[in-house]
Amino acid sequence: MSLKQILKDAHSPWMDDQGRESDIIISSRIRIARNLANLPFPHLLSFEQADQVISLVKDAIRKNSPLEKKGDFELTRMTDLSPVERQILVEKHLISPDLLEDFQKKAVAIREDEILSVMINEEDHLRLQCLMAGLNLDEAWSIINLLDDELEAGLDYSFDEHLGYLTACPTNVGTGIRASVMLHLPGLVKINQIKSVLFTINKLGLAVRGLYGEGTEASGNLFQFSNQITLGQTEEDIITNLISVARQLLNQERAAREVLLKQRREQMEDRSGRAYGLLKHAHLMSSDEVMQLLSDFRLGIDLGFIKNIPANLVSELIVLTKPAFLNKQAGKDLTPFECDLYRMKMIREKLAQVEQA
Amino acid sequence: MECERCHQHPATVYLTEIINNTKKTIRLCENCARKIQAESFSQMPQMNLHSFLSSLLNNEFFGSAASPAQEDISEQTRCSSCGITESMFIEQGLLGCGACYRSFGGRLEPVLRRIHGAARHTGKVPERSGGKARIINKIDNLKNMLKEAISREEFEQAALLRDEIRGLENDLKKE
Repeated sequence: MSLKQILKDAHSPWMDDQGRESDIIISSRIRIARNLANLPFPHLLSFEQADQVISLVKDAIRKNSPLEKKGDFELTRMTDLSPVERQILVEKHLISPDLLEDFQKKAVAIREDEILSVMINEEDHLRLQCLMAGLNLDEAWSIINLLDDELEAGLDYSFDEHLGYLTACPTNVGTGIRASVMLHLPGLVKINQIKSVLFTINKLGLAVRGLYGEGTEASGNLFQFSNQITLGQTEEDIITNLISVARQLLNQERAAREVLLKQRREQMEDRSGRAYGLLKHAHLMSSDEVMQLLSDFRLGIDLGFIKNIPANLVSELIVLTKPAFLNKQAGKDLTPFECDLYRMKMIREKLAQVEQA
Repeated sequence: MECERCHQHPATVYLTEIINNTKKTIRLCENCARKIQAESFSQMPQMNLHSFLSSLLNNEFFGSAASPAQEDISEQTRCSSCGITESMFIEQGLLGCGACYRSFGGRLEPVLRRIHGAARHTGKVPERSGGKARIINKIDNLKNMLKEAISREEFEQAALLRDEIRGLENDLKKE
């Protein structure tokens, strides 16, 4: 699948993989920060130096061999993409919003299965990212560790014996690793337990975010948990710690859902049925409203109220309803009103298609 | 009813604000409502990681009372490689290059301890750069020992150290 295809399709291959515990843990992601020795960090790079970094990384990726079996990397400069296309890559979580700023110096290499991507000249020269479905941090780490080894064979990394991998921001120095899991926690939200859970998580040195970007309210009951500390712990320790927290959250969410099923079964079934009906028949809806309905819809699928719809369809629908993706599909700049209209057209069509299959 | 802000489009959104117990409602079109909402949110102080870090750094490097602007820039430590000063680092929350970690080393360490609870890497070591880093470190140590040996006028010892450094430097070139 080429980058063109990636930009056209809301569906990503990783969504097909059910993954472990994927009823609650939507995805696992690991990113590591690396810099090249003897060059200033990206925010101080001249255009020539930025080009130099891009071509060095390009060569290193071309040389990497064993991973190519899983597909080729396609390297694209941000300047080769339209603003809408750049935004779609953010909506698909293939690049970070930071890659959109000062984009003339930046590039991304994406492997065709969309599991691996390498951002170039983001805050650091290289940001390697591995994104997988379900609770899959161990595998994500082994994949990204291998890619890192292969790239390092062709690149001189900036590494200090005492401080580890050197990064532009001291909050990333050492391992340069940020591991995160995305969880769907409607049960904990509905029984009003989420605040105390999040409070505890913060005490454990983990960060919590909503689905898109920093500091936003959790839209659609999706929460992202990630490690904060990168220095003084091994990558394995950091990942093991996050996995055990994710498992705790998973158990608490399962318990919350059981309580809800026992005490409010009819209301739950009604709510997911209403969400399904609205998604199937409504014509005009904002992104926020859709996110809330998709959460109820997905919970209905997970609890067995809604049958014959694969749960991973919801991940695809979330991407499908984002503004840049809609603009691209429509082939023009949509007004907010047209966006709300087109969004529901896409959802209705997709649901009809899946129901017929 | 037309929008009270642009007077062009029909008003579809009623925005109610309560400030000091006074209720005020304005009728807006969709576009104006979105703009006003964006403005009112952007007025909120943005608490991001970089600004948080930079206030932390400010405390650590200059103490809470002094501000970096008051200190003479020429007296500040500058990174020998990329040339950024401490106050540039503090302002942006970003270092300029790998060498900054050495240039600002002593004052950076307490910051790292505060962020990470540690100041020493225990994770992955890269195959190639790691080896190189080890050799570079060793050369640095030997050079210091060489200086000391010369100052103590232990020239035989110094000659041995000099040969060892040359050997390692050759190893580096080969890599």
